[in-house]
Amino acid sequence: MTFDFLDQIPKFVVLGVGVLAFLLVVLGVLYVGNIVPHRPKSLTAGLVFLIPTLVLVSIGLVVPAIRTTVLSLGDSRGEGFVGLDNYVWIFTDPQILGVVRNSALWVVLVPLVATAVGLVYAVIIDQTRLEKLAKTLVFLPMAISFVGAAIIWKFVYDYKQIGDQIGLLNQFMVWLFGEGATQHWLTMPFWNNLFLIAVMVWIQAGFATVVLSAAIKGVPSEIIEAARLDGVNAWQMFWKVTVPSIRPAIIVVLVTMSIASLKLFDIVRTMTGGRNGTSVLAYEMYAQSFPGQQTGRGAALAVVLFLLVIPIVVYQVRNLRQRKEVR
Amino acid sequence: MSNRVEPVVLAKRARKRFSRPWASLTAIVIALLWTTPTFGLLLSSFRPEEEIKTTGWWTFFSQPNFTIENYNEVLYGSGSSGRLAEAFINSLVITIPSVLFPIAFAALAAYALSWVEFKGRDWLFVGIFALQVVPLQMALVPLLSFFSQGVDVGGFTLMPAWDLEGEWKFVQVWFAHTAFGLPLSVFLLHNFMSELPGSVIESARVDGASHGAIFRKIVLPLITPALASLAIFQFLWVWNDLLVALVFASGSETSPLTARLADMAGSRGGEWQRLTAGAFVSIIIPVAVFLTLQRYFVRGLLAGGVKG
Amino acid sequence: MARTTLARVSAPCAVPGPDDYPRTVPPRTPMAGADEERSGLMTIQRRRRFAALTGAGMCAAMVVTACGAPSEDSGLSEEELDCATYEEFGDFTEEKPAVSIYTPITDAEGDAFEQAWAPFVECTGIQIQYEGSNDFEAQIEVRVTGGDAPDIAFFPQPGLMARYKDDMVPASDALAERAAAGWSEDWLQYGTFDGTLYAQPMSANLKSLVWYSPKLFKDNGYTVPETWDDLIKLSDTIAADLAGTEGAKPWCAGIDSGEATGWPVTDWVEDMMLREHGGDVYDQWVSHELPFNDSKVADAVDKAGSILKNEDYMNGGYGDVGSMTGVSFEEGGLPILDGTCALHRQASFYSAQWPDGTEVGPEGDVFAFYLPGNTADDKPLLGGGEFVAAFREAEEVDAVRQYLASGLFANARMKTGAWASAHADADPANAADPMMQLTVELFHDEGAEFRFDASDLMPGHVGSDSFFDEMTQWINGKSTGDALDAIEETWES
Repeated sequence: MTFDFLDQIPKFVVLGVGVLAFLLVVLGVLYVGNIVPHRPKSLTAGLVFLIPTLVLVSIGLVVPAIRTTVLSLGDSRGEGFVGLDNYVWIFTDPQILGVVRNSALWVVLVPLVATAVGLVYAVIIDQTRLEKLAKTLVFLPMAISFVGAAIIWKFVYDYKQIGDQIGLLNQFMVWLFGEGATQHWLTMPFWNNLFLIAVMVWIQAGFATVVLSAAIKGVPSEIIEAARLDGVNAWQMFWKVTVPSIRPAIIVVLVTMSIASLKLFDIVRTMTGGRNGTSVLAYEMYAQSFPGQQTGRGAALAVVLFLLVIPIVVYQVRNLRQRKEVR
Repeated sequence: MSNRVEPVVLAKRARKRFSRPWASLTAIVIALLWTTPTFGLLLSSFRPEEEIKTTGWWTFFSQPNFTIENYNEVLYGSGSSGRLAEAFINSLVITIPSVLFPIAFAALAAYALSWVEFKGRDWLFVGIFALQVVPLQMALVPLLSFFSQGVDVGGFTLMPAWDLEGEWKFVQVWFAHTAFGLPLSVFLLHNFMSELPGSVIESARVDGASHGAIFRKIVLPLITPALASLAIFQFLWVWNDLLVALVFASGSETSPLTARLADMAGSRGGEWQRLTAGAFVSIIIPVAVFLTLQRYFVRGLLAGGVKG
Repeated sequence: MARTTLARVSAPCAVPGPDDYPRTVPPRTPMAGADEERSGLMTIQRRRRFAALTGAGMCAAMVVTACGAPSEDSGLSEEELDCATYEEFGDFTEEKPAVSIYTPITDAEGDAFEQAWAPFVECTGIQIQYEGSNDFEAQIEVRVTGGDAPDIAFFPQPGLMARYKDDMVPASDALAERAAAGWSEDWLQYGTFDGTLYAQPMSANLKSLVWYSPKLFKDNGYTVPETWDDLIKLSDTIAADLAGTEGAKPWCAGIDSGEATGWPVTDWVEDMMLREHGGDVYDQWVSHELPFNDSKVADAVDKAGSILKNEDYMNGGYGDVGSMTGVSFEEGGLPILDGTCALHRQASFYSAQWPDGTEVGPEGDVFAFYLPGNTADDKPLLGGGEFVAAFREAEEVDAVRQYLASGLFANARMKTGAWASAHADADPANAADPMMQLTVELFHDEGAEFRFDASDLMPGHVGSDSFFDEMTQWINGKSTGDALDAIEETWES
């Protein structure tokens, strides 16, 4: 079979229809936006702008969230009612408790380490000659899919008990400490979690670097100048001037990464399949729900995942209130 | 801008002190750590199968042995020559609307959430923000049955089944990606938009401009850089997605590059020669897109996008 | 563990090669069978047609099916094909209805299916839309519960399939009759629920096999063991002979397989259950009438451990016993090739893993012998395979099911690549390589007692989760008792 571009034309027709529909919706909203009351306070006006989002989000996310909550009270087929049994299972089964612990580890370590690395790197490369290149190098992993990244790192962690190492990390161990120092990184109890977390940090640090570097450039030069005149050293400059000035940006980065870490699933799936105590909530939820056919348990894990984000939501609400007071 | 020149010079001097040797060293170490794994994979993908499996990629430097066989196998082996090109087009058809829709809708929503006042607005925002955490995996089944069976409430059909066939399945994928992408987009654009100077919008209102006009003439130009950077993010996400594609774009007629490559990588573990080359084929497009659009991306963030 | 059998074993599509492939060409490229087919087993017309298509550098049948192109576009004219043999399946050439098939079989092996049924598609007019996915186990759950089930699915795990019996369409009388003629009750029971046949078997993998090097055996005067004790004696002899060689041990294994890591160990345990306690106890174990931590199961696990966890035997070419958790199942047996390992217990589908140029055959570089029972007369067969389940009731779907249950299909598929069937009409002579031939022959053996891979029959959270996981930990040093208790606990809850 040779590839025939003509066969593909229907797809572009569909694409055209899609783009047309897109324009119609957006122009429609804007048109109605012209008619509704011009007052800044208007429920009608607000709803008009929100309608596409609300419809899509309700169908795509709200309904599934409700359904999941209902299913979490049911059995493995999603039929009989079992009360809170699935939740009891989560918090009593030692294996699942390990999963919860792992998720906690991810959600704490990934944002902290990735942001720290990103921040330090952004500060160091700021205003240097090779800044653009340096930023690009670290950001590149962001463009790689989770699955691609997992393959890259599985290769780094590869372990051979006999013969030449083909994994870089073990080769380093050989170079530094000799043949006996090699390890099978992905099966080491507990530590293997950290090796997986390293992959996520590797992916996310670029995001932190680019965002924080932009924020650093946004720090008003008057402040820096004033601090300079006060004779602060580089260390103080970093902690007393830079960090407080870009605090909002740091928070956005932390929040985004926390949520991403909670939802992480592909890296664990590709690298270890959750074996050897490396499973995390999002992966366990998937494994229980689909291949494992434990609908109720999978749903309960999803609800726990959802509950874990409440602290972040509360924080966001407070933030919003504060900002309003400032304004 | 000209009055900023001096402070920049000052700032530069301020940093100079920071850039002691250890700082440079740290930067170099980080840069190396962040690029070596990818480089190793790239190099490996050009090595013969036997060598990939028995020696480390660094031995390439002492005994270079170059082959493009792995790429031949991934691109043209297993009858995929036509299909990989087809998958490429599928990826494109999936990605374009899946980037346009959520970003436009999020911009509209973010406008309402930051510049139109109504009761419960903040709660609505927090609600949408919180939806970010609804795991995609749990939304697959309900959304799929929404398409395949429609919506029935007590025997009354609110919405018939869509029954999309062939290339019309793309509509499902767009729908899914848009719904899943909206919460984060709304969150980021809201952060950005609420930082816009209120005075400009106020004065437009005093002049009697409608909400539609304010959005189009004032807000939109100001947020263009943010939209661009968000678009890049959404692009990377959609292009690299496998899960949504597996469910909503099933079948060779609609399945994207990621799904094809995942199939090819089929047997895992030992098959490094396929994995390395396959991974690179999948990486190349997003990286190219990122590199070409990087300018806009950074500009978007620099424009004050991340003020929290 | 069948889900790995085909889904994870993929190989590149055959590049059109010389027509005089030796019979023992390694099935590294399963399509080697297709080349062979071209070389003489087919009728002249079909041969020309396949040669032309493959000659274009393509895996043939995709043209006809996957892309939904009308069959006229494939460049075949009807008179080249004798459609009389397909008349029994009906004539749909007017309507050209489409039937979707969803399977865990991807890549070249998926293409081999399409190649096999190309004449059926051509003659009946039914358009088969084939889709394979490595993520089948998860996706089928999403699709069936989401109301978007395929017309037909190939299930490698009957245990998984049982969950969907309310959504499945039972076999028509004609189909049930055809299936009964094709397979023994041993096989049909796994597709039968509440006394009704829902899904007939399709492919068959043989798991009770030990790979070895015929050359090494010949050079050292080893003979293929016929009883378990002989096998242990042989292992000791080899261990002594290999003692001088660095890193060499008589046995080798690899159990890493991503999410399914540990499944090769479960296959060992299942084989031992059959050998120690026979089919009836095995069935009780599968249906949980026998608790997982029963002493009978512990015996079987320990018997497996007498080889698997024996540092004198394991792990040739890779290190100690613990090293096998870090070796992918695909690589597990490769040390046989360089002589650092002599024996590797793995299923028939492992023949796809040998590198290009490896000769598979009784006189070649590698071959396999039947993993002996306790006595020479004791012949338990552990195996796996796919079952054909349907989710839509329609004439054309029934026609495809009938076709897949026919000897016609089994023989056609055997010719298009390394593949075996336990179908009574499957002719071993059509097998793509000696390994597949041996597999079909063993399945036809009247005296053999066949049992399906237990982990594929147990509920998913046990069979493909805790069983795998605990056996992996068992290799890493967990005691038999603790591991079995832990599995039992997951089954109870």
